[in-house]
Amino acid sequence: MGIKRRVFLFGSMALAGAGVFGLKWSGSKALADAQSATVKPGEGGFAAFLKIAPDDTVTLYSPTIDFGQGSHTAQAQIVAEELGIDPAQVVVEQAPAMPGFANPGIIEGFGADAFGAIFKSLPASLLGFAARAMPMQMTGGSSAIRFTGRLTLARAAAGARKLLIEEAADRLKVGEGDIVLAGGRASHAASGRSLRIGEIAEAAAQRTLWSEPEPLPARAGKAVGQSPPRRDIPGKVDGSAVYGMDVKLPDMRVATLAMAPVRGGKLTGVDDKPALAVAGVEKVIRLDDAVVVVGKGYWPALKGVRALAPQFSDGGHGGLSSPGIFAAQDRLRDANKPDKVSKAGDVAAALEDKAAKVITADYRVPYLHHAMMEPFALTAHRQGDRLDIWAGLQDPLRTRQMAAKAAGLPEEAVTVHTTIMGGGFGRRFPDQCEIIDQVVKVASQCPWPVKLIWSREQELQHGSYRVQSSARLTAALKDGRIAALRTDYVQGENVEGEVGFVYQVPATERRHFKYKTNQIDGPFRSVNSNQFGYWTESFMDELAHAAGEDPYRFRRKHLADGSRQAKVLDEAARRAGWGSPLPSGTARGIALVESFGTIVAEVVEAGLREDGLPLVRKVTAVVDCGTTVNPRNAEAQIQGGIIQALSTAIAEEITLDKGAVVQSNFADYPILRLAEAPAVIDVHFIESGAPMGGIGEPGVPPATPALVNALFALTGKRVRTLPIRDQAKA
Amino acid sequence: MPIEATVNGRKVTFQGEPDTPLLWAVREELGLTGSKFGCGIAACGACTMHVDGEPVRSCSLPIGDAAGKAITTIEGLKGADGTLHAVQQAWIDQQVPQCGYCQSGQIMAAVALIGRTGKPSDAQIDEAMTNICRCGTYPRIRAAIHAATNQAATNRAASGQAAAQAQGAA
Repeated sequence: MGIKRRVFLFGSMALAGAGVFGLKWSGSKALADAQSATVKPGEGGFAAFLKIAPDDTVTLYSPTIDFGQGSHTAQAQIVAEELGIDPAQVVVEQAPAMPGFANPGIIEGFGADAFGAIFKSLPASLLGFAARAMPMQMTGGSSAIRFTGRLTLARAAAGARKLLIEEAADRLKVGEGDIVLAGGRASHAASGRSLRIGEIAEAAAQRTLWSEPEPLPARAGKAVGQSPPRRDIPGKVDGSAVYGMDVKLPDMRVATLAMAPVRGGKLTGVDDKPALAVAGVEKVIRLDDAVVVVGKGYWPALKGVRALAPQFSDGGHGGLSSPGIFAAQDRLRDANKPDKVSKAGDVAAALEDKAAKVITADYRVPYLHHAMMEPFALTAHRQGDRLDIWAGLQDPLRTRQMAAKAAGLPEEAVTVHTTIMGGGFGRRFPDQCEIIDQVVKVASQCPWPVKLIWSREQELQHGSYRVQSSARLTAALKDGRIAALRTDYVQGENVEGEVGFVYQVPATERRHFKYKTNQIDGPFRSVNSNQFGYWTESFMDELAHAAGEDPYRFRRKHLADGSRQAKVLDEAARRAGWGSPLPSGTARGIALVESFGTIVAEVVEAGLREDGLPLVRKVTAVVDCGTTVNPRNAEAQIQGGIIQALSTAIAEEITLDKGAVVQSNFADYPILRLAEAPAVIDVHFIESGAPMGGIGEPGVPPATPALVNALFALTGKRVRTLPIRDQAKA
Repeated sequence: MPIEATVNGRKVTFQGEPDTPLLWAVREELGLTGSKFGCGIAACGACTMHVDGEPVRSCSLPIGDAAGKAITTIEGLKGADGTLHAVQQAWIDQQVPQCGYCQSGQIMAAVALIGRTGKPSDAQIDEAMTNICRCGTYPRIRAAIHAATNQAATNRAASGQAAAQAQGAA
């Protein structure tokens, strides 16, 4: 189940039963367990997420994972800002997968997105209960800073701040208002006396917080807005960082597998003798939908799998094909019975206006694979009625719950060791990771710890792909402006409350036609804003050309003067030199998308290679995420998001034939390489001070339409089906 | 039959079957896990090592073909005193890695490129740096290669060990 739906379901329950939950709630057990796992005598533990040691070291137990987006560093900055210390004084540890470390800020943040301000009035105790009950420890939705940082961690730090000041005031026998917390000391300026935070932390942590702590403004001091270096990087340049793939345990075995090629298919038969004949193979294990070979190493296990000829059923999905999916989506839209309609204004009337020019265009996007560089590799060790699992996934607590279920054990019997991970991009949410169930079942049948590795082929062919979906956009143009816009889109999930629309248009309507296959529609970096960004911003370009207007000016006149969106768009156009001459064979395209609370405009300069594929020379990006916590990391996220988007737009496509994935490895699922990536990606941040937005995903959605729009400007060819490949070739 | 080779200056004996890829022998037999498994078909470069000074995608080189060769992995790039190689230092200075999984291979490819060309041009970087990075760190990889070569030029004058490695390949 997606994050949005999990939060939504729990949010509905929480709002309906707030009083009941409030009465029943007791956080003391979970909190006590959490603190006994992390806080030692002499140290002060605050709200589970923070502790201060006698030597003044502040440890932050982050309930989110940092898989390279730099969020742990930025979270340390947020905590440092609140406590008035140098970020270098904050050590960041991965929070254990224990209920006391569930993350209420995520519930509050996404809940407020879905339900509005009423969610903000829920008491912290209820949000904490909700987070533990779900359980919620996920990383996703570009929320590690805007929600976890600003809501969960800044509040924990604000509470610590208040208690430290109270303790210092009592010891120095002065008023709280006369104590200043800065530089790792609680100081009384008038007398010049001060105490180190480390010497008062244990006592301060015993005090009771009588009201919900109020964090300082996002940028109160010196820690936020700086770019301290990431502390995970040294281990990533000398080979010492330990990913899930690198876990080593005494007596460990390595396994790999072959899964049913068609999702939903079952293993119907296999002769295990050819695998057992391979030197180093020790065991063949049959799962419901896969055969697993366990050996002394990956190579013997892989040779064992290759020696097998397993038979699989197709689960009744053997007729599925990518062209068939598009055809079915077209039929559904043509039948004109939407599952959900959300609208503002009268679109139908505007489309029938005889004075209006009606424009329509159809867009199609393929399944996309996350292609994280590290294929799945999880290790499990079953010892009687306890289980250890080494997993790098986007929600350790949920991993624990799922592993316990697979093992038939209570959750308390399962210990999750969270490893760092080689990419994720939405692929590593436990709910869509069959490997949890697989590795637990395999390890439960073995006397050793077992590391289960998916080969790249298995990883690529059993993804939780970005949906294959399609949309028809229809607009009425009148007097050079958009009078109405309708989006008819076909896919599994509706996007209301998730995907925004930045322009001022009198009448808009979105109609969702629900179409599901047996595939798991996984969140892919930027989720539904990905395909909505593509078709909405491509269509804006089509409308600009239909109106005979410059694409930047046309967008701009549908934005309010002085709005954040207008400022972002203007700044992008200005910095990119919009309208200035370019070398021949090169053209510019522009796009503007708001997602995850952040507004991003991008201008792409592109030409064509000899083989007809696009070559992007330069990208200019302007970003308003409210406050930039760590500009250097934020720049890397925007640049990386743009490159990933261009890679998907130019050549990536997962297709199904007879229910199975056609592509198998990087040879037929090409990822953009250095020579094909833009040499220049100029990123600029506007510090608007608006509520903080996300940074990991919002750079992605504008890049594809900006490229498609540049190709139209260059060649007059409009690419309405992705990937682009050589469609713009003369 | 055991296969002998030199890894990071140390004589080793691999016990695996001769068709075992060098990557897995190094990772599982020697416990050196800095070189990564990405694709198994020499397409992504996450497993790049140096074999007799040349960058090789070790997931596709059987140990039988590595017998008697001098192999360098990411763990062998540091100087004897633990000093980071100039390219590794540039990777930190430029804050290149995101998830980091491909970066051992990227660094090994970059060190080989610099060893071959001295100060690689953008065109030479384009041609040689074919390793995949899904996080999209390419602009910083390019910047770090430029930074490392400038630094190497300075260090060479000071006869630093890292500089010598950068110049002469591993």
